[in-house]
Amino acid sequence: MSATDTRDIDALNWVAPRRTPGTLARLMDNKAFLVCICLFPALSLLIVFLTYPLGLGIYLAFTDTQIGRAGEWVGLENFESLFHDRIFLNAVWWTVAYTFFATILKFGLGLWLALLLNNHMPFKSLVRAIILLPYIVPTVLSAIAFWWIYDPQFSIISYVLVDKLHWLDHYIDFLGTPWHARWSLIAANVWRGIPFVAITLLAGLQTISPSLYEAAMLDGASPWQRFRFVTRPLLMPILAIVMTFSVLFTFTDFQLVYAITRGGPINSTHLMATLAFQRGIPGSHLGEGAAIAVAMIPFLILATVFSYFALGRRKWQQGSDND
Amino acid sequence: MANVSIRAVRKAFGTTQILHGVDVEVDDGEFVILVGPSGCGKSTLLRMIAGLENITRGEIAIGGRVVNNVAPKERDIAMVFQNYALYPHMTVRDNMAFSLKLAKAPKAVLEQKVGRAADILGLGQLLERYPRQLSGGQRQRVAMGRAIVRDPQVFLFDEPLSNLDAKLRVNMRAEIKDLHQRLKTTTIYVTHDQIEAMTMADKIVVMHAGRVEQIGAPLDLYDRPANQFVAGFIGSPAMNFLNGNVRGGMCEVNGVRLPLPAGTSGEEGRPVVYGIRPEHWVLSGDGVPALVRVTEPTGSETQVMARVGDTAITCAFRERVAAKPGETIHIAPTPHQVHLFDQQTGMRLN
Repeated sequence: MSATDTRDIDALNWVAPRRTPGTLARLMDNKAFLVCICLFPALSLLIVFLTYPLGLGIYLAFTDTQIGRAGEWVGLENFESLFHDRIFLNAVWWTVAYTFFATILKFGLGLWLALLLNNHMPFKSLVRAIILLPYIVPTVLSAIAFWWIYDPQFSIISYVLVDKLHWLDHYIDFLGTPWHARWSLIAANVWRGIPFVAITLLAGLQTISPSLYEAAMLDGASPWQRFRFVTRPLLMPILAIVMTFSVLFTFTDFQLVYAITRGGPINSTHLMATLAFQRGIPGSHLGEGAAIAVAMIPFLILATVFSYFALGRRKWQQGSDND
Repeated sequence: MANVSIRAVRKAFGTTQILHGVDVEVDDGEFVILVGPSGCGKSTLLRMIAGLENITRGEIAIGGRVVNNVAPKERDIAMVFQNYALYPHMTVRDNMAFSLKLAKAPKAVLEQKVGRAADILGLGQLLERYPRQLSGGQRQRVAMGRAIVRDPQVFLFDEPLSNLDAKLRVNMRAEIKDLHQRLKTTTIYVTHDQIEAMTMADKIVVMHAGRVEQIGAPLDLYDRPANQFVAGFIGSPAMNFLNGNVRGGMCEVNGVRLPLPAGTSGEEGRPVVYGIRPEHWVLSGDGVPALVRVTEPTGSETQVMARVGDTAITCAFRERVAAKPGETIHIAPTPHQVHLFDQQTGMRLN
């Protein structure tokens, strides 16, 4: 029957018989209800494990709570005393310096390693797997290994330099003097951080089409110019992401330092995170420890804001990718 | 501008032989197309001319200078890649000017050369855009602009049209040909599309499995293919091949007798391949019977898929054919358009 046939009124007015849906089915059709039920698992995890601890930490920072004694609201007192606390100020300075030097070294060496691994070579996948090893080992375990490497008596570095190569005439006191300890910690952090940087940058390098290098080669670019004009700009977006993560991880580092030096000698290697723990748990001044931890927040926000702008899509990344 | 000589060039990746001794002479200002099925080594040969692959044996000379050990940038060539290889982070202007910038060309030279290339290709409005903001055809033009700006001795094109849609491909085909006629730069162009080869080339090099099958002008290849491979590769729809034997001055195929071309020295009983292009069948009352399976009227011609004996053939008639599937038509080959090949070697016999 054609659609223009208007004589057959019954057919035109035919309506599918309506079935009344159950309460549950109707509830499931409600968008608001569905949104809530789908958000619930993720939100509850976030609230229990992130928002609540963060909120409690911030609250504690404004109290004089100690372990075993509920504190009272003291306003900014904790922060005022920290502002005159030379150990805390030293920790702030050292945390920034630690992050700065470790990040530079990690990215310099990581990029170099990624560029090497991006070439054709034998046993490529095996080498890549080996590169990842430092990242797989639990931090505390590698910290203990470094503890031995830096031991004043049994250090393998001292042994090689003094007993084997005879370049030095006495063993190095790696962890006994402030500056030695600081550089030793940076070295350990760099060793641990390189795989993350190298592997992610390698992934970035592999997204760059080889024909771009061939085109640049025909255009007359030297290897350095190919790196400068092709690799570097195309790697920037992923570099910014990796840099942000790396800075956040390094700034909040705790395990390596606590396991190797515990902030010593004479508090010279305390990071803000280790100092916060030291004051809060062994030192039992929860409020003060929390205040130190809260003092890290502005730095982290600064890093995130920086990355927010650095990560913004560059002009050349806009538009369709229809090739 | 320069001529290009490819002499006994071989290429092997490890123990895998890709090219088995290739000889091609490209004259100054000529448009030469390397054509062949996938994996025949045509792209490898082009990359060897560009210097992106080294030459295992033999030599390649550009403008009389052997370039086997000359770095790509010293060869004075420009290449257009299949995926265009435009630098995504540079504007159209910077993409085209990149080689000049590296060569430290004065700004005035740079502006002038980029401007000229943009004029030739109609890219004037797009100079500040990024590759992502361009359509496929525009990207293709920028890639050509990048090559033109360098004023090279030789243009190399590596399947430049294969990423474009059919209509754009036809337009760009004409544009590239027009460009060559204006610039007169020696051009070597790789494609697997024989239509591109037929329509654009001064000279076609048909390659197959690392060997050159035939070199010649497009219509020479069409009219006198040297062997069965070239005969089947050039021309669309493809040539019909019927296996038969020479008997009494005719070719016997499935019990059907077809006329041999004039001057064929076919000894009695010799197994041959009888090759006839679809457009060289004519409807003829005393021809061989063919059972129609499918007819495809395209307007300008009618293609008929039919069976002669148990061999499937294709015919293309300029006239309209009313035959329906299941009916029998009578067709005859035009004798002087018949190609005869040896069944064993595939070489041409007439």
